[in-house]
Amino acid sequence: MKRLLLIAAAAVTTALPLISNAAPEDDLKAFRGYFLERFPNVPLEEFANGVYAIDPASREQWEAIEEFPPYEIAIEEGEELFNTPFKNGKTFASCFRNGGIGIKSDYPYFDTKSGKVKTLDLEINECLEKNGEKPLEYEKGKLASIAAYMAFTTRGQIIDIKIPHDQRALDAYEKGKQFYYARRGQLNMSCAHCHVDNSGNKIRADILSPALGHLSHFPVYRSKWGGLGTVDRRFIGCNKQVRAKAFKPQSDEYRNLEYFLTYMSNGIPWNGPGARK
Amino acid sequence: MRQSAKTILSTASVVSVVAIVLGSLSFTPKSVSAQEGKSLSVVEEGKEIAFHRQKGNCLACHKIADGSLPGNIGPELVNMKARYPDKSKLRAQIWDPTVANPNTIMPPFGKHKMLSEEELDKVVEFIHTL
Ligand code: HEC
Ligand code: HEC
Repeated sequence: MKRLLLIAAAAVTTALPLISNAAPEDDLKAFRGYFLERFPNVPLEEFANGVYAIDPASREQWEAIEEFPPYEIAIEEGEELFNTPFKNGKTFASCFRNGGIGIKSDYPYFDTKSGKVKTLDLEINECLEKNGEKPLEYEKGKLASIAAYMAFTTRGQIIDIKIPHDQRALDAYEKGKQFYYARRGQLNMSCAHCHVDNSGNKIRADILSPALGHLSHFPVYRSKWGGLGTVDRRFIGCNKQVRAKAFKPQSDEYRNLEYFLTYMSNGIPWNGPGARK
Repeated sequence: MRQSAKTILSTASVVSVVAIVLGSLSFTPKSVSAQEGKSLSVVEEGKEIAFHRQKGNCLACHKIADGSLPGNIGPELVNMKARYPDKSKLRAQIWDPTVANPNTIMPPFGKHKMLSEEELDKVVEFIHTL
């Protein structure tokens, strides 16, 4: 009973400041503050490591895996694809700032021209199409490998997503935030139920990772997948888990969600590609 | 790099075995294993439904006597007769827990038809014995 009361009280006090209609900066402060208080021994930058930041037992196993990183082959493949000329002789370098090196930190951003959020995965495909090549499948495969290489060259930079003073950008952010806190699916759960309210708790035998830092390390190698997956793949998986309808990769919904969630991780290092159970 | 790739493969498969065994809300089919020929009591049937990953899957969140690898999102289900002298209140909690707590993570098993009314009755009978 006591425990129940505690849970109920926590839900009320945490849900309110997080779902308010505050400015993004205020949201960020409340969001980060909540996790730093919930996990007082975990420094901010450690949240880049997901569940391994909060669970010493699985962290040990993960550190052993990181000694021979399972994503290494994908980085190599990605680098090769990145440098292979298109039929017109150009390469991916021609499409990105700084020849595409160390620039994952530019994404996601609000594009004033299209009035939408742009992600790195999306612009990898736009680059192919602009150069007369076929776009790649999202979620996994070659696109994930290219993104893994680009993430690798960005490691160590600090997440610093900007929400420009443009009402359309604020709307995109707000939609991403609404998505995060909205119940969905037959199981009637929001992302926040699992990764905010119950972060650190066990769902069956799995510890739920905190939302803070959630998108620092994508694409990610998951043993369960036996390969790499992009942010889209993870969002689709977590939607299906609650028997909700998943959205299309790079749908407006997922792009806005990525915008919100990455912004919430400002101040944490980019450390992709990552490895997870 | 070549050499490490090999090690990777073996590490990865070990880890994925662990992942499969521990898989949380992965609704892997697991037969409702009624011992054939022997009919189960309502309470026993309720227990199977409650433990079944694609039905109640209550163990995802609750520690329950006899259940392995429970989660700890919800409270342990004990003293249910004392907590719920009125069985219909227990049923209401499982049918739609958002009535008691609008913020709850617990799914509305009846309202969202995750369990049929009949299955829900059986689960209530089982939970009430705890
Ligand atoms: C029913 C519980 C549940 C819900 C609801 C849920 N997730 Fe998850 N999520 C998990 C589990 C379990 C994992 C794997 C373990 C972990 O890292 O938390 C996971 C992992 C993740 C990861 C990867 C973390 C990492 O370190 O690699 C991200 C990102 C994520 N979820 C985002 C979301 C988003 C966005 C939503 C809503 C659209 C959502 N989740 C809804 C249970 C859930
Ligand atoms: C995803 C998590 C989750 C699942 C799955 C879940 N519950 Fe719960 N349950 C909770 C939480 C959290 C509470 C605490 C009360 C609240 O949140 O309102 C709770 C409370 C309860 C209570 C009230 C306990 C009390 O002492 O008042 C009962 C009874 C209960 N659950 C039964 C069940 C049964 C039976 C199932 C499966 C058919 C189930 N739950 C599945 C999370 C869950």
